[in-house]
Amino acid sequence: MAQTIYESFGYVLPETMLSIFFVLTLLTALVGKKRSKYLPAYMALLGLVLAGIFVFRQIGVDELVFSGMYAVDPFSWFFKVIFLVTGVLIILFSLQSRELEAVSTKYPEYFSLILALTIGAFFMAGSSNLLMMYLSLELVSISSYILSGFTKENARADEASLKYVIYGAFSSGLMLYGISLIYGLTGETNLYAMNQALAVGSIPRITILLAVILMLVGLGYKISAVPFHFWTPDVYEGAPITVTAFLSVTSKAAGFAMLMRFFKIGFVDVTAVPAMAGMWAIFKGFNWTDIIAVLSVLTMTVGNLVAIWQSNMKRLLAYSSIAHAGYILMGFVTLTDQGMSAILLYFVAYLLMNLGAFYVVMLIANKYHTENVEDYRGLGYRSPYAAFALTVFLFSLTGIPPTFGFIGKFYLFSALISTNYIWLAIVGVINSVVSLYYYAKVVRYMYLVEPVEKSRVEFDFGSNLLMTLLVVPNIALMLYFTPILSWAQYSVTMFGLH
Amino acid sequence: MMVPNVGLTQFLVVSAIMFSLGIYGVITRKNAIMVLMGIELILNSANINFIAFTRFGLMNLTGQVVAIFVIILAAAEAAILLAIVLNIYQQLNTVNVDEVDKLKN
Repeated sequence: MAQTIYESFGYVLPETMLSIFFVLTLLTALVGKKRSKYLPAYMALLGLVLAGIFVFRQIGVDELVFSGMYAVDPFSWFFKVIFLVTGVLIILFSLQSRELEAVSTKYPEYFSLILALTIGAFFMAGSSNLLMMYLSLELVSISSYILSGFTKENARADEASLKYVIYGAFSSGLMLYGISLIYGLTGETNLYAMNQALAVGSIPRITILLAVILMLVGLGYKISAVPFHFWTPDVYEGAPITVTAFLSVTSKAAGFAMLMRFFKIGFVDVTAVPAMAGMWAIFKGFNWTDIIAVLSVLTMTVGNLVAIWQSNMKRLLAYSSIAHAGYILMGFVTLTDQGMSAILLYFVAYLLMNLGAFYVVMLIANKYHTENVEDYRGLGYRSPYAAFALTVFLFSLTGIPPTFGFIGKFYLFSALISTNYIWLAIVGVINSVVSLYYYAKVVRYMYLVEPVEKSRVEFDFGSNLLMTLLVVPNIALMLYFTPILSWAQYSVTMFGLH
Repeated sequence: MMVPNVGLTQFLVVSAIMFSLGIYGVITRKNAIMVLMGIELILNSANINFIAFTRFGLMNLTGQVVAIFVIILAAAEAAILLAIVLNIYQQLNTVNVDEVDKLKN
C-alpha cells in the first residue's frame, strides 16, 4: 500500500496524463483559424497513446493508493486497456461521422469530453471507496449526458440527453442514499473496512439489504440491466452513433468493473476458501447470487425479445447491448475466478464486435442517410464489403462459431456449468437462439432482398481499412485466443483478494 | 422550557421523509425543473444522513467530507440538467418531460 499522497501520484500517471490532455484538447479551441479542423482529435489521440504507455508500464502492479481510495491492480489494468482501445477507435470513428461534421466547430469540446469520460471510466474500474465510486460514476455520467446531446440542433439528441440526465441523476441519487446507509451501518466508506465491519455480523440485515439494493440501482443503471434499462433504447437511438458506440462499451464496462469490485471486495468473506461456493458468507441465509441470476435472466430475455420488434438499427443494437449485459451478469453469478475471467474475455469480444457493428451502421448512415433496417435491403450488392463486415459483427454478437463472440459465450457457459448453474446456462443458450432471429433479419435484408436502387456505393480507403482492422481480430481471435484468455485469467486478481 | 432531545433517529426520519418526497417528486412531476428539485431532495437527504451519522455515530469525519463532495456534485448536475432543459426549450418550446417523446417506444 502506497502510504503518502506524494508516493501515490506515481501510480496515477495514466489518469494524470489524460487529465492534462483533457485540458490541452479543450485549449486547441484557442488556436487560430488556420489550425486543422482535426487538431483536437489528434491531441486527444496523443493523450490516449501517452496514457497507454504509462498504463503498459503498470503491468503487474498491485497497489492501493491514496490511502485506500484507488486500487491499481491487474483487474483495473485490464479494463484500462479496454477503455483506451475503445477511446482510440471512437476518435477514429468520430473523424468520419457526418453527424459530427455538422458541428465541427465544437470538436475541441467533443474530444475533450471523450477524454473526460475515459478518465471517469479509469477511476470507476479502480475505485475501492464508496465516495470514489460515486464521484467517478458521476464523472462518467456527466460527460455522457453532454455527449449524448452533443448535436444540440438535433431534437432527437436533445431528447436523448434529457432522458439520460433524468434517469441518471435519479439513479445515482438513489445510489448515494444507499451509500449513506452503508456508511451509517459500518462507519466506513472504504470497501475493505466495510467488508471487515460486515464480517463482525452485528449489523441489521434488512437495512444493509435495502442499502445494497439502492446501490444496485445505480450500478444497474450504468450497465443498463433490466429493470433499470429504460433510458438505454432512447439514448442509444437519439445520441450520435459514435457516442452510442462509446457509451455501449466504455460506460458499460466501467459499470461492470465497479459492480464486480463492489460485490467481490465488499461482501465476499475473505476467510472462506475461494474455490468454495459459499463465498457470500457475509449474508448468511440469504442468497445474493439468486438476485443477480434473476436480474441476469430478466435482462437478457427482455433485451432479446424487445429487440425482435425493432426497425431502427441503433435501437436494435441498444436492445442487443442490454441483452449482452444480461449474458455478462451470468458470469458474475458464479462468483468464481473462472466466471470473472469469462466476463473479462467477453468484454474483449464485446468491444470488437459491438464497436464494429456500430461503425458499419455509422458508415451506412453517412452514405445512405438511413438507420432503418428495411433500408439495408440489397446492401450485399451495393456495398459488398460493408455488408460482409456487418455480417461478421452480427454473427459475432450472436456467438456463432467462426467468430470471437463464440469463444466469449463458450467460456461464460462453461463457467456456469462448472458451478452447477445449468438452468441459467440453458436460459442463456435459448436467448442466444432468439437473438439469432433479429441479427439474421438484418443479414437477410442485406443479401436476400432485392435492392430498390442498384448503384454501387463504395467507401473510402480509410473506412475499409478500419473495418478490416475490426473484422480480422473478430475471426483471428477465434482461432488463436490463448493470449487473451491467459491475460483475462491473470487479470481477475483484485487488490487484497488472492 | 425543556428542549427535546434531538438525536440520530430524528435526523434519519427527516432524511427518510425527504428521500421519499424526492422520489415522489421525480415520479409525479411533469415539469423538468420540478424533477430536478426532486433529485436535489434525494441528494440532500443523503447528505443529512452522512452528517447525522458523523455527528452522532462518534465515527470519523468521512461523512462530512462526503457531504461536501456531494454538494459540489449536486451543483454540477443541476447545471448540466438546466443546460439540457434550456436547450430542449429552445428546440421544442416545452419543459414538460411528457411532451418530449419523439423517440418511439
